[in-house]
Amino acid sequence: MERPLTQHITFPPLGLRQYEAVGGYQAARKAIRHMTPPEVTALVKESNLKGRGGAGFSTGMKWSFVPMDVSGPKYLVANADEMEPGTFKDRWLLEGNPHQLIEGMIVSAFAIQATESFVFLRWAYKAAAEEIRKAIQEAYDAGYLGKNILGSDYSLDMHLHTGVGRYMCGEETALLNSLEGKRATPRAKPPFPQVSGLFGKPTIVNNVETLSYIPHIVNKGAAWFQSLSHTADGGTKIYGVSGKVNKPGAWELPMGVTMRELIEEHAGGMKNGYRFRGVLPGGASTDFLVEEHMDVKMDFAGVAAAGSRLGTGTMVVLDDQTCPVGFVHNLEHFFAQESCGFCTPCREGLPWTEKLLWAIEQGQGREEDLALLASHATLLGPGNTFCALAPGAMEPLQSALKYFRDDFERHIKEQKCPYGDHIH
Amino acid sequence: MATIYIDNKAYTVKDGRNLLEVCLQLGINLPYFCWHPSLGSVGACRQCAIKVFKDEDDKKGRIMMSCMEPVRDNVRISVDDSEAAAFREHVIGWLMTNHPHDCAVCDEGGSCHLQDMTVMTGHSYRDYRFTKRTYRNQDLGPFLNHEMNRCIQCYRCVRFYKDYAGGKDLDVFAAHNHVYFGRQQPGRLENEFSGNLAEVCPTGVFTDKTLKSHYTRKWDMTYAPSVCQGCSLGCNTVAGERYGSIRQITSRYNGEVNGYFLCDRGRYGYEFVNSPQRIHQPAIRPHHNGTPSSDWIVAQAADKLRNGKAIGIGSPRASLESNFALRQLVGADHFYIGMSDMEHDHTALALKILRDGPVRTPSLHEVEKADMVLILGEDLTNTAPMLALAVRQAVRQEPMQDAIQTVHIAEWQDAAVREAMQDKKGPLFILHTFPTKLDELAARTQRGAPDNLARIAFAVSHALGAEIPAVNGLNDEERELVKEIVQALEAAERPLVISGYGSGNDAYMKAAANITWALHKKGKQPMLSLTVPECNSLGLEMLGGHRLDSALDVLRHGDADTLVILENDLYRRADKHIVDEMFRLAKEVIVVDHLYNPTAERATLILPAGTFAEADGTIVNNEGRAQRYYQVYVPKDQVQESWRWFLQIAEKAGIPRLNGLQNLDDIVWAMTVAVPALESIQELAPAADFRMAGQKIPREPHRYSGRTAMLANENVSEPKPPEDVDTPLSFTMEGFRGEPPAPLIPFFWSPGWNSVQSVNKFQSEIGGALHGGDPGKRLLEAHVNGRIPFFTEAPEPFVPMPGHVHLMPIYHIFGSDELSMHTSGIAGGAPEPFVIYLNPEDLHQWGASPGTWVNFEVDDHPYTMAVEANNWLPRGIAALNAGIRGAEVVDMPQCIRFSNVRTETI
Repeated sequence: MERPLTQHITFPPLGLRQYEAVGGYQAARKAIRHMTPPEVTALVKESNLKGRGGAGFSTGMKWSFVPMDVSGPKYLVANADEMEPGTFKDRWLLEGNPHQLIEGMIVSAFAIQATESFVFLRWAYKAAAEEIRKAIQEAYDAGYLGKNILGSDYSLDMHLHTGVGRYMCGEETALLNSLEGKRATPRAKPPFPQVSGLFGKPTIVNNVETLSYIPHIVNKGAAWFQSLSHTADGGTKIYGVSGKVNKPGAWELPMGVTMRELIEEHAGGMKNGYRFRGVLPGGASTDFLVEEHMDVKMDFAGVAAAGSRLGTGTMVVLDDQTCPVGFVHNLEHFFAQESCGFCTPCREGLPWTEKLLWAIEQGQGREEDLALLASHATLLGPGNTFCALAPGAMEPLQSALKYFRDDFERHIKEQKCPYGDHIH
Repeated sequence: MATIYIDNKAYTVKDGRNLLEVCLQLGINLPYFCWHPSLGSVGACRQCAIKVFKDEDDKKGRIMMSCMEPVRDNVRISVDDSEAAAFREHVIGWLMTNHPHDCAVCDEGGSCHLQDMTVMTGHSYRDYRFTKRTYRNQDLGPFLNHEMNRCIQCYRCVRFYKDYAGGKDLDVFAAHNHVYFGRQQPGRLENEFSGNLAEVCPTGVFTDKTLKSHYTRKWDMTYAPSVCQGCSLGCNTVAGERYGSIRQITSRYNGEVNGYFLCDRGRYGYEFVNSPQRIHQPAIRPHHNGTPSSDWIVAQAADKLRNGKAIGIGSPRASLESNFALRQLVGADHFYIGMSDMEHDHTALALKILRDGPVRTPSLHEVEKADMVLILGEDLTNTAPMLALAVRQAVRQEPMQDAIQTVHIAEWQDAAVREAMQDKKGPLFILHTFPTKLDELAARTQRGAPDNLARIAFAVSHALGAEIPAVNGLNDEERELVKEIVQALEAAERPLVISGYGSGNDAYMKAAANITWALHKKGKQPMLSLTVPECNSLGLEMLGGHRLDSALDVLRHGDADTLVILENDLYRRADKHIVDEMFRLAKEVIVVDHLYNPTAERATLILPAGTFAEADGTIVNNEGRAQRYYQVYVPKDQVQESWRWFLQIAEKAGIPRLNGLQNLDDIVWAMTVAVPALESIQELAPAADFRMAGQKIPREPHRYSGRTAMLANENVSEPKPPEDVDTPLSFTMEGFRGEPPAPLIPFFWSPGWNSVQSVNKFQSEIGGALHGGDPGKRLLEAHVNGRIPFFTEAPEPFVPMPGHVHLMPIYHIFGSDELSMHTSGIAGGAPEPFVIYLNPEDLHQWGASPGTWVNFEVDDHPYTMAVEANNWLPRGIAALNAGIRGAEVVDMPQCIRFSNVRTETI
C-alpha cells in the first residue's frame, strides 16, 4: 500500500539533499518549469483533492477563485495551527517531513501566483518550528525560494509565523486577522479570502496535510491520486485514534477505510477492561458515532451520512468507564474558553452549556437543564453564529444528548455522577 | 430599486442597502445592537436575525442576520417567523446572562436600547442560574462613567472610537466571555469625540458623567431643539433641563450637519448655563440696594440711551435676533460688530468668498464625501472639531470606493471594507505651522511660517489657473509639493479645500478660494469650506456693522459716551489697554449678558440675558446655514432673551425702529425686511401659531413625573405652566404626541424606542434626512459664475522683523472657547494660560530660557508672560494659546517687541 505522505517521515526529518534524493522538489521543478499556473490548478481540481483541515472543500476549486489578472501581492498560507482536541496529524507531517510541506506550498503558491507565503504554526509546536525554520532556510539556499526560483520568472518568499495558542486561529479568516497582528476574530464571508484575504489581498489558506499532498499529485497525476482511495474522495488520509485503545496513534491509510478497521486493527482494539461506547470521528467538534456506525466508511460522504463529519480524521474514543457528561463538559470547557468573544451566541452560549454540564456532573443538575442544553445545540447551529466554532462545539453535545441520554438523566436523578469522582 | 417580500408582503426598496436598514425604514421593529447607520454592519451581536427563504416554495428558510444581507431583487424574508423570533429572544437571553439587571440604579435606564430591545423580543424569564462575571471599571476622566458589568459586547464603542474617530486609547481586551472594553490603564480618554460613546453604547457602560453630577431620567427632563454654541459648525443638539438647570446635551440628528455625533466641547460645554457666575438679576452699578424690578431697570436703561450718545456692540456668540434688536435700538450707524478686528476681517472675507465666488461650500455631510482634501493653515480638531471628524471619513472615500469595486462588497460591510482598504487613504494635504491630529492621515504635510505656506497654496492656484500670478522663489521641495497637490486636485472628482481663521492669516483663505475657483473654471466641481471663529460670526457679518477699533475712535472723539454691549466680553476682542481705554471713555456701560466677566465688571447697568437654554434665536454656521435654537425652560429670575430686553428698552425710550415688535416671529420678520439676505430665515421653522391637531408640541415627555410635587415646597397648588408666546412648543407634557416637523423635534422618542436609537423613526431614509428635510436654511449659495476676481497678491516670503516677533494664535478645543471653559472637565483639559511659545533659537537670542518671564510691548503698553520653547515655530514667529480666560493680549496676529527679558523662573 502506498503511503505518499508519510513514506519519508523520519525523526529528525530529511534534510534538503536527502529529501531531493528521494525525489523531493521534482514536483516544484515540474510545475515551475513545465506547467502553467492554470495547469497546476486544473490538475489539482481534477484530482478531487479535498481540504484535510476539516471542511473538505475541493482544493483546486478554492484555488480557481483567486483572481489571476490583478496586480499586487497575493498570499498562500499553510494553516498549521493544529489545535483541534485529539488531533495530531499535522504535527507528524510538520516534524517528520517539513520539506514536503514547503514543496507543496511552493507549487500551490505558483498555481495562484502568490508572491509571499506563510506557515502559521501552533505556538506549542516548538520542535516543528525548529524544523520548518531550518527547512525554509535550506530551500532558500538551494534556490527553491526567493527570487527567480529555478531560474524562472517566478519568485516567492516564505515565512514562519508562530501563533499564540488560540484555537480560533484554525478558522482561516481569524488566522488571517491574527497574522495581520489583529485580534483573532473571524471575518464575514463574502468576501472570501481568495478575493480579500491577508492584508485585503487574494489569499489561499490550506491545511498542512492538503499542501503536503500537492507534490505527489503533480508528480503522479490525478488518476494515481484517485486510485489510492477506497472511495470517490481520492487519496490517502492520515487517520488517528486516541482514547482507551491498545495502540493510540496515527496512520496514513486509503481514504474510506472503515471505523472498525481503524479502531480494531490499527489501534489494536479497546484496552482490556474497557468497552467501546462511542467516538468523535474527526476531532472534538464532530458528532459522536456509536457501535452501530462501526462499518461507516471514513470519507467525507460516509461520515456525513452517519450524522457526523470526517473533520480532521483523527478520532477520540469514549469508553464505558469515562463519564460522557464529564467528557462533553471537558470539551465545552475548551470551546467556551477558545471562543473569540465576537458573536453573542458563542461568547455567552458556550459558557452556559459548560456551566450546565458542570452542574449536572457535580450532582446539581435540574430536569430542565437537558432542554436548555438541547436548545443550545440548535440555537448555536450553523448560520446563527458568526463562524463555525460554536456549531462545531455543539456537535459532540447534541449527539451525546442523543446517544448517552440515560447517563445525563441518571446524573440528574441521582444528583451525582454515577461514574464516581473525576479529575478534570 | 428592488422588490422584496417581507412576511409575504411585497415592498419596493432601494438597492444597495442591507435588509436591516430596509426593515427599519419600513417601520418594522427589528431589534439590533452592533449595527449603526454611521458605523455599518459587522454581524457580531446576532440580534437582527430574520428568516431568508430560497424561493416561494421554501417554507423552512434559513436564519440569517439582516444587517449582513444585501437587498436582492425578489428576496423573500420573514421577520415574524417563529424560529427567527425565538432566536432573537435567545440572543437577549444570552446577553442577559452577565448583565447586572441594575436598571433602577443605571443612568441609562429609561433611555436604554438594551431595555427596549429586551422588551421588543419578549424576553422576560431568566433561565440562567449561575453566577455572573464581573469586571473592574476604570476612571475614564471627567466625561464618561465606565460600568463594564453592563457590557453586552456589541463592539460599537471601539468601532466608533478607533475606526470612526481615530482614537488610540480605547480598545478591546481579552477574549471569550471576558472581553473587556476600556483603556490599557485608567485615565482620561484622549479623543475629542469620546462623549459619543454615551450615545453609541446601547446600554449603560459608557454614560455621561456630567449628567451623573445632576442626574435626571430621560423622561423627567424638559427639552428643546438646540444648536451648539461651541464653534462655527452649528451642530444640532438636544438640551435637557430639570429644576432650572441644564442636565445634559445630546446630539440632535441632522443628516446634513452633525449626523449622529458631537464633539466633547459641544456635548459637555453646557455647564456655563448652571454656573454660579450667572447674572440672574438686573443691577445698577455702583452697587444699588435691593433687586430692581424689570420695569424700573428698563426705564433706567431707556433714560441712559435717551440722555447719552449710545453705540451698540454686537456679538458673534449672540443670536441674529439679539444683534438685530441692538442694531435697531442704537441705529445701524451706531452698531459695531463685536469681533476682534482679525475675526471681523477674516469673517468678512469668508463671507465675500462664499457669497460672491462660484464655488459651493459643503455641509459636513458633503465633506464626508470629498475624495481629496487640502487643508490650509487649520488645525481642525481644535477650531472646528466635527469638521475634522468629517475629513476623517472623507479620507476613506477614494480607497473605499476602490475596495468596493474590486472586492464587490457594499459600503456598509464595515469590517470587509476596512480589510480590503487596509490603511490606504485618499489624498489629504495639510499645510500648517504646527502638527495636527489629522497629520496621521495625510499624504503630505508641510510646516513653516503661515506666509510661506500660503505662498505654496498660491502657487498651486497659479498652476491651475494661469491668470493667477506665479509665485517666484519657491525651493525645489516646495515646487514638488505644489506639483503633487495639483495632480491630486485634478485627479479628484470632488476635491475639497479647507481653510479658515485658525492661523490668523487671510492669505490662506484667498489661496483656498483661488484654488477652488480655478478648478471650477476648468469644469471641475470643487468644494470650499471656511471656518469662522464663533457660532454666529457669519450671521453677524451678514447683518453688518462697524469695526470694533472704530468704536474706540468715536469714543475718543466724544461722538459716543454710552456703550450697549450685547453678550460680549470685550477683553476677548482687543488687547487689554484698548478695552480699558474704551471703558474709561464711556460714561455709561450697559451690559446685557449671562455671565459675570471682566466686561460685566465694568458695567454701570447690567441686564441678565438668556443663554441658548433660556432664549430663542437664530444663528448662522460657517456654511451659511441659518439654524434656530429654542428656549428649553423659563428661568425663575429676570433672565430673558437679550432681544426682548432691547424691545422693552426701545418701547420705553420711544425708539421707533423696533415699534410694535413683541415676539420672536415679529423680530424675525423685521429683520428679514431690513436685511434681505436673511429673508429665508422666515422659512426656517413654523411660526408661533403653528399647531398640530390644534395642539402645541410639548417639550416634556408624556412620562414627565413630579410636576405636581416638585414645587410643592413653595406652593401646594401646581402653578400654571408658563406660556410660550414665541414658538409652537409648550413648556408642559401636554400637547401633540405625534411626530413634529424636523426643526421642532424637542427629543427623539417613539413607542418602544426610548433611547436615542429612536431617531430611525424620524428619518425618511435610515441615516438620511429627517422627515420633511433636515432643519436649517442655507443663506449662501455659490454665485453661478462668480462675481469676484481671483486674489492676485500672494504674500511675500516671511522675513522676521528685526527686534520683533510675529505673534500667531494656537487654538485648543478645550480652552480657546469662552463659555465651555465653565465646565470643569473642559477646563481640566485646557493648556497653560499666558505662555508665549518661541523657536528655541529665538528664545536664546532674546536671552530667555524656557519657563521664565518676558516683558514685551504692544503699542508701547507693557505686558508680561512666560515663555516656552516650541520646535515647530519658525524663527521670528511666536505663538500664544488663543482665547484663554484672562489673557491680556488677544489681538493676533500682530508684531510684538520684547523688552528687558527677565530670567526669573516661574
